[in-house]
Amino acid sequence: MAIIKIKRPQLTIAEKLYLPAVIKGLSITLGHAIRAVLGKTPGAKRNFNSSGMGITMQYPETKWDDQLPDYYRGVPALVTDEKGRERCVSCQLCEFICPPKAIAIIPTEIESDDPWAKVEKRPQEFDIDMTRCIYCGMCEEVCPEQAIYLRQDYAMTGLSRAEMVNDKERLYEIGGVREGLVNKWNDIK
Amino acid sequence: MDPAILFLILTTAVKIVVFTFVFTLPIIAYSTYAERRVSSIIQDRVGPNRVGIPLTLFGAKKDIPFAGLLQPLADGLKAFLKEDLVPAHVRKFFFWIAPALTAAPAFLCICIIPFGSSITVFDQPVKLVIADIDAGPLFVFAIASLSVYGITFAGWASNNKYSFLGGVRSCAQMISYEISLGLSLIPVLMVFGQLNLSDIVHSQADNGWTLLPLWNEHGSVFDAAYWQNCKEQWLLMIPLTISFIIFTTSIFAETNRMPFDLPECETELVGGYHTEYSSMKFALFFLGEYAAMIVGSAIIVTLFFGGWSLGFGLDTAISNMALGGLLHILIFLTKVIAFVIFFIWVRWTVPRFRYDQLMKLGWVVFFELALVNIFITAGIIMLLN
Ligand code: SF4
Ligand code: SF4
Repeated sequence: MAIIKIKRPQLTIAEKLYLPAVIKGLSITLGHAIRAVLGKTPGAKRNFNSSGMGITMQYPETKWDDQLPDYYRGVPALVTDEKGRERCVSCQLCEFICPPKAIAIIPTEIESDDPWAKVEKRPQEFDIDMTRCIYCGMCEEVCPEQAIYLRQDYAMTGLSRAEMVNDKERLYEIGGVREGLVNKWNDIK
Repeated sequence: MDPAILFLILTTAVKIVVFTFVFTLPIIAYSTYAERRVSSIIQDRVGPNRVGIPLTLFGAKKDIPFAGLLQPLADGLKAFLKEDLVPAHVRKFFFWIAPALTAAPAFLCICIIPFGSSITVFDQPVKLVIADIDAGPLFVFAIASLSVYGITFAGWASNNKYSFLGGVRSCAQMISYEISLGLSLIPVLMVFGQLNLSDIVHSQADNGWTLLPLWNEHGSVFDAAYWQNCKEQWLLMIPLTISFIIFTTSIFAETNRMPFDLPECETELVGGYHTEYSSMKFALFFLGEYAAMIVGSAIIVTLFFGGWSLGFGLDTAISNMALGGLLHILIFLTKVIAFVIFFIWVRWTVPRFRYDQLMKLGWVVFFELALVNIFITAGIIMLLN
């Protein structure tokens, strides 16, 4: 390797004195501070529902729910389809892939007199521990049945650990009905 | 007991309590608040704006936020209630004594700062300074440099390599800047010809502030007589401005403020010398740092910006008013607060120096400059006489 000699920049006296640079810096921060107080900084243009002090949003008062993109990864939840069928077939792939092991599933069989008996399995219990979930979206990605989705809810709170576990009922409540998915269990017409 | 001595003791006690607990401590508390708010304004954030009266705790619908003005109270309460952890591997004695050794010198320096001119109590004039000694700046240097012990002890007793590095750095830094701090002040003392801070402020009130000589005994800028007699003041401004720059920068270094906060240096040394400290011990370091900053600004204001004086020959009128001394205190505190905000403003503007740059600045630039400055001042004074 050839040796590359770095040429140091030749500083002028004003630059070497350092003081002019400090004064310039002080005037820049002061100017920015004045603009920030007047609400004229680029961040304060009220995009993302900012409060006017920079881009910062004053959380409980202002929210950006209406700005959430479609791909936002919030709370994972189970969905039902147009016909009210719970889509999860209890294959437990999500349970296995979940990096922090937030999902716990107890599968059960579907009774033979059920109209969807040919699906054979469904979850009896389906718990997602939200104190563990890292909102990675692996469960959504791995699910072969398009049954689990990360929704746009993000404000999960609870006063105890038990409250932070979403059980099956709650998961369907958050997830709701999702239409336009591949319905491979429907009868072929 | 002799009533004069009793009077002296009583007034001094009142002054100590009022100046320390009514003026300085709240300013310290609120300068932490100001630091957070100003930095957030500079950085496009909001800062603490929530802590107020928690009415919701008593069943009301809403809290009163007060723009977060009660944040310092909450911080103090938190510091008291936190667990005071003393790691097993520390030197207990020095670990305990270090925070007090850092905070105490800064508070001690308050006693020579003239907060105002004087007020009349029971027909006797009381100077608004706790100890009116004839060695003001020297006392500050002697006491303020003691705080380096606290930091060094803390770094060493913590038995932790980062804390130790922080302590060593602080020791080197403070010793280096002490020299330029002292030398840069000599021109000022040469001009005033004395060391009593109250008298220095008095002569500034009559003859114009050290750095803003807009008036003298012949009148202010608006009078013709001033312009015939102001030449020497403006000539002396040159060395005094140099003094001011060196002194202010050295105060920054002495108080471990950005851009010279190498002893703390979060990015390299975790938290520097106070890494192992928690709860009130940590809060004492914090208090000491801010107290040093406030005392530093008070001394800069006293020496260079006329202390409690308003200037333009208005001070005699204020002193003759019934509560003129209190008005002077207000003027003084306004100036100090302005300077504290300047400190904060600099902190959020200038990035931290490298350690070698810091040492070079102290020993190669400021030391020589301050020395030369003394001779320049002496030359000018000789020329004018
Ligand atoms: S989002 Fe990630 S962490 Fe959360 S349940 Fe799904 S796989 Fe587990
Ligand atoms: S949610 Fe999907 S991946 Fe998870 S058990 Fe049900 S079907 Fe399988």
